[in-house]
Amino acid sequence: MENSPSLTKDQIIQDLLPQKFGKLGMIWTYSLIFICLIGAFAYYRQLSKGLVVTNMGDYVSWGIYISNFVFFVAISLVGSLITAIFRLSNMKWATPLTRIAEIIAVSAIVFASLIIIIDMGRPDRMLNLFLHGRIQSPIMWDVIVISTYFVISLLLLYLPLLPDLKIMIKFKERSSNILNKLYLFQGSFWRGTAEQFKISERAITILCITIIPVAFSIHTVTSWLFATTYRPGWDSTNFGAYFISGAFLVGAGGVVVAMFVFRKFYKLEKYITEMHFEKMGRIVVMLSLLYLYFNINEYLVPAFKMKSGEEAHLKGLFSGEFALIFWFAILIGMIIPILILVFKKGRKPLPMFIAGIMIVIGAWFKRYLIVTPTLLHPFLPMQDAPAEFHHYFPSWEEWAIAMGTLAGTLLVITFFARIYPIIPIQETITEQDETCMSLPPTKRHE
Amino acid sequence: MENNTSRRDFLVNGLLATAAATATGCGNNPFAPEETVALSGEKVKLLSVDGEIIEIDKAFLKPVPHMPPLTNSEERKGIEGKKFVMVIDLARCKNLKKCQEACNHAHSLNPGQNWIKVLSMQEAEESAPFWQPTTCMHCDEPPCVKVCPVDATFKRQDGLVLIDSDRCIGCRFCMAACPYSTRVFNWEEPILEEAVAAQPYSCETSMPQKIGTVSKCDFCPDMARMGELPHCVTSCPNGVFMFGDMNEDSVTNGAETFRFSELIKDKAGYRLMEDLGTKPSVYYLPPVSRNFPYESGLENLSPADKQSH
Ligand code: SF4
Repeated sequence: MENSPSLTKDQIIQDLLPQKFGKLGMIWTYSLIFICLIGAFAYYRQLSKGLVVTNMGDYVSWGIYISNFVFFVAISLVGSLITAIFRLSNMKWATPLTRIAEIIAVSAIVFASLIIIIDMGRPDRMLNLFLHGRIQSPIMWDVIVISTYFVISLLLLYLPLLPDLKIMIKFKERSSNILNKLYLFQGSFWRGTAEQFKISERAITILCITIIPVAFSIHTVTSWLFATTYRPGWDSTNFGAYFISGAFLVGAGGVVVAMFVFRKFYKLEKYITEMHFEKMGRIVVMLSLLYLYFNINEYLVPAFKMKSGEEAHLKGLFSGEFALIFWFAILIGMIIPILILVFKKGRKPLPMFIAGIMIVIGAWFKRYLIVTPTLLHPFLPMQDAPAEFHHYFPSWEEWAIAMGTLAGTLLVITFFARIYPIIPIQETITEQDETCMSLPPTKRHE
Repeated sequence: MENNTSRRDFLVNGLLATAAATATGCGNNPFAPEETVALSGEKVKLLSVDGEIIEIDKAFLKPVPHMPPLTNSEERKGIEGKKFVMVIDLARCKNLKKCQEACNHAHSLNPGQNWIKVLSMQEAEESAPFWQPTTCMHCDEPPCVKVCPVDATFKRQDGLVLIDSDRCIGCRFCMAACPYSTRVFNWEEPILEEAVAAQPYSCETSMPQKIGTVSKCDFCPDMARMGELPHCVTSCPNGVFMFGDMNEDSVTNGAETFRFSELIKDKAGYRLMEDLGTKPSVYYLPPVSRNFPYESGLENLSPADKQSH
């Protein structure tokens, strides 16, 4: 461990207990709330007038709501990557990142479900999914796996939080009354006995094992919403793997950004160290290469054949209407981050942060490209329909709602970081002790 | 199996009916005349079922409800013994769009919504352009039905694919799934006449349209129940559309009737996008020896399509 072994238990606790926001934190929070409110107002308009406030039409019947949904599901996959896959493969260094990854997963999945409801023409009939649900529809599969994933992720967030809640209850004076009540409500049953630890460990291991297939399912099924149709650009057997590799990439990018921000504003340099950036950097390069590989598969093979249906679609991406976004997404979302991160200097916190932002933004646009251009190239010519159906650019309401959900995700993460320790305290202490034990006795402290 | 259920239904219904009759009670003989009518003295002549002319008092005349209303499960089942099919003769079409007009009118569709689209098609640069009316294909392997999460769009035993707008959640997955782009969405509250809007929704008339739900061509099963042809068929002056029953092996455009199998064989009928495996119920006859030149249809292009031509 790179954590300097001189840290005392008290110091760790003092460093990691949630802190009050400074001025910047307040501005950040209020701006997010403001964006959410605009989104809520736009949704109010949509509810009262119908989906007509969007610029979707009978051809482009799915727009940025759906691409935003895919983005959310994608980014939520990182929870399983960092918590489960790293844990099961015994990559202990990632412990300080688990909670960041898990809260990204939980909040993204909440807003994924929300935006799907926003996209529905009749949200008032949502219960029909349960009253009349038909298991043959990929939408039902999505409903099932997403809710499962949500529950497991929530548990994976909650169980490791229990020992920390106990610590927070002990340090009452650090938080307000309301928060203390919340901590008591959530964690007062946790005594921290050896037996409780054992049960919780077991449960976490089981959850980690189960979440991996569920995580693969949520994004594979999400890709099937497209791949089960006949449309050029969607009709691909590559789609499941393509989506999953992209999901791990954007999730890892998101974690890198969050690591940087928390480290800087919560002064966590001792806990999220350069080593973490270095290691995450290598992982991100690997994931970018993997995603690039699937992209080449996804575009090059059909482009080689140029079937007439694919032709219009691919030309629109490579050199037509969508070329700008397409090359932006490829360059910003994959190539440039790879170029930054292959070098050791690039894997320092600041360049990593920039690369992470690029990956996330590139990924958002990539999702837009997966959804919209395909719909503009139906099999039969677009005729006998209103002229505005022949193009698609989101209306302000759509932008406001989409941005509102993105801001909402960040807001959940922000509140979480205000209320709970964003780096697991108890686990850090335990690991610290283990490291100390392995040191020669003279170097032990206490 | 099927038989068993219907017999059980019959028995159950019979029992319920008896129970109801006894419950409503004494004095209420179900076979007694419903009510006493005051004779008006005015007589009208009518044609009896046996073809005789009879005369009755006007007071006995009562408006007959159009059709007995169907339950949702009857509408989901379909018309027994039928397997509907349509043949569209491309050699006869000149983009008059009368079909579209009649269809839009009959179903109270809002501007911009067309269940029938007449497309200007050209297979290759050097090949001849032609007009192709497209309806819902009522596929036997309907991709839209496969993807619908709530069974709002369903396949009936008579071959029709219909929509239950009271159940649709408006996810639009079916629109993405349909390779024929036949589905139309109610993006806003449809503007309807009061009489139409007040009706309960029927899957067979596909009316009244509801905000936030999909709609599409339904092959007019309500007309079929009355022994009539769909509106597009009767409104086309060129007899492009032929509608009929696969089981009877006959299709008609009102004026001419053909043996379906022979027509398809003689004129080399085909279906759209056969390679997708959707098995449409609409067959096309190729645009050979045409009645009208393609150009004669150009004037009817919709304004949005004029620019692209
Ligand atoms: S839009 Fe309606 S009919 Fe179409 S798949 Fe969704 S729920 Fe079913």
